[in-house]
Amino acid sequence: MEAVVEILKELDWSPLWISLKTGTAATVISFFLGIFAAGKVMHTTPGKKAVLDGILTLPMVIPPTAAGFFLLLLFSRRRPLGILLYEQFDIKVVQTWLGCIIAATVIAFPLMYRNARAAFEQIDVNLIYAARTLGMSETKIFWKVVLPSAGPGVASGTILTFARALGEYGATSMLAGNIPGKTGTISQKIAMVIQDGDYLTAGIWVAIVILIAFIVIFLMNLISGKHMKQVKRW
Amino acid sequence: MGIFIDVHKKLGNFTLNIRFASEAKRIGILGASGCGKSMTLKSIAGIISPDAGTIRIGEQIVFDSGKKINVKPQNRRAGYLFQNYALFPNMTVEQNIAAGLSGSREEKRKRVREMVGKFQLDGLERRLPGELSGGQQQRTALARIMAYKPEIILLDEPFSALDIYLKDNLQREMENMLKDYEGTVILVSHDRDEVYRFCEETVILDHGNVLVSDKTKELFQNPRLKEAAKLTGCKNFFKAKRVDAHTVELTEWGLFLHVRKDVPENCEWIGYRAHDFIPVWGERKKNSIPVCVENTAQLPFEVQYYLTVSGEKKTNDPETVRWFVQREKIAQLKEKGMPDHLQLSEECMMFLA
Repeated sequence: MEAVVEILKELDWSPLWISLKTGTAATVISFFLGIFAAGKVMHTTPGKKAVLDGILTLPMVIPPTAAGFFLLLLFSRRRPLGILLYEQFDIKVVQTWLGCIIAATVIAFPLMYRNARAAFEQIDVNLIYAARTLGMSETKIFWKVVLPSAGPGVASGTILTFARALGEYGATSMLAGNIPGKTGTISQKIAMVIQDGDYLTAGIWVAIVILIAFIVIFLMNLISGKHMKQVKRW
Repeated sequence: MGIFIDVHKKLGNFTLNIRFASEAKRIGILGASGCGKSMTLKSIAGIISPDAGTIRIGEQIVFDSGKKINVKPQNRRAGYLFQNYALFPNMTVEQNIAAGLSGSREEKRKRVREMVGKFQLDGLERRLPGELSGGQQQRTALARIMAYKPEIILLDEPFSALDIYLKDNLQREMENMLKDYEGTVILVSHDRDEVYRFCEETVILDHGNVLVSDKTKELFQNPRLKEAAKLTGCKNFFKAKRVDAHTVELTEWGLFLHVRKDVPENCEWIGYRAHDFIPVWGERKKNSIPVCVENTAQLPFEVQYYLTVSGEKKTNDPETVRWFVQREKIAQLKEKGMPDHLQLSEECMMFLA
């Protein structure tokens, strides 16, 4: 026990903040992109839908390291896009916090997209038709009818996205690396200390992660629970 | 005022070819499920777009494939009442009514108040649709449509999913609420009673085509076509052959009917409503058919008899005649026994093609 207190006293908390910041940023980005993509894919022709759906879901299905490989191909400073970003905008992705966000977003995005789409597709189409015949603009329909009706699905998509982004390891370690205080997330910290045989520190970080997970799930259930009261469900 | 529809749409194996015009204020579209009624209504509202054709609501052309006109549903001023009412589940009664309104906050509030009063929704303003009874939901849905001052109101099978008791209440309520509405109302239904009750004019659809359309009362009296007669609730159809202008042979039994009015040239069937037979005891009278009972069904207010005809030629179909007897006449049958013949009165005969 004393050992735990000793470690906690001297613990470098930076992985926690880096993970939380990365998770939040990736969730916000995925939230909007996912909802946008879900709306678009839902309304395309079946052929296009199959292709788009495949591409958008792919990052969730392939190993994160494989996704990391593609990201490296894209953003490496020896590649066209990486060169362009660096030379024109002075933006570095590889081995930076931006890399963390991009990796986490790419891996977590499909969860948001798929949940949002499933939620949208379950909406009674008559609601949309009714809204149209009542003169509501498509934008208004989306914000006032579609999104609230899809609320619970979108909320659970957001939880899963945040959880996945928070725990991202494979793609992050490849694109952003594990630079303490900069790109060193909790997942990478755990992996690193375990390699050093420091099970105690690893255990502490695992406990922190579990705690965060519980808080997030609790909060989200609270939000979606409030929403659920308004909608009759079976 | 009035409406003109000429729409064509292909959807898989189904083809919709609807054409009718009406100046009536209350129009009924009657047809079996899958005949294209709903699709017609959705085309008028602009929810679906026909492949070709023209639609005019009042004075406004809302669709014309030739001139590439296709007014968005938002701008058609067509109020659509869905079978499930399609109230927004996350909005209160007030918010639902205000959903389609434009203008200042004050104007909207005034309009909502007005509608709440008119549709007797006082006290329910803050309720969510899930907390309303079926009748309250219907009133809310109508209030939401009316708030928007529609040019035309489209009712898509509004009573089909209801039990009989509720149905009757809601039908009366609907009639009252639409009484002072000046625009056109189109009711789509598979229920002949509903259409008969509501509509001045009726269009009968079958497999995506208009069979007949006319003033409702006249249409029910003379549907002209066998399929149309079926939809108006006619239960008996006898294969017929026109012999001359005043004689028809019921070919299945070799019986002859003699009538004063002219038999149309294209008459192939005699349609006869199950309630209209006149029982005959003893000797055969003019225009009657000899029958014996095959089956009976006891209902609370009537008895339904399924009869066979003992004609000169033997028929293959053992239950050819349906005779429904209302309660007040049942006593007579108890007293005198089953009749030997059923007589067809000339006024009730339908000559059908």
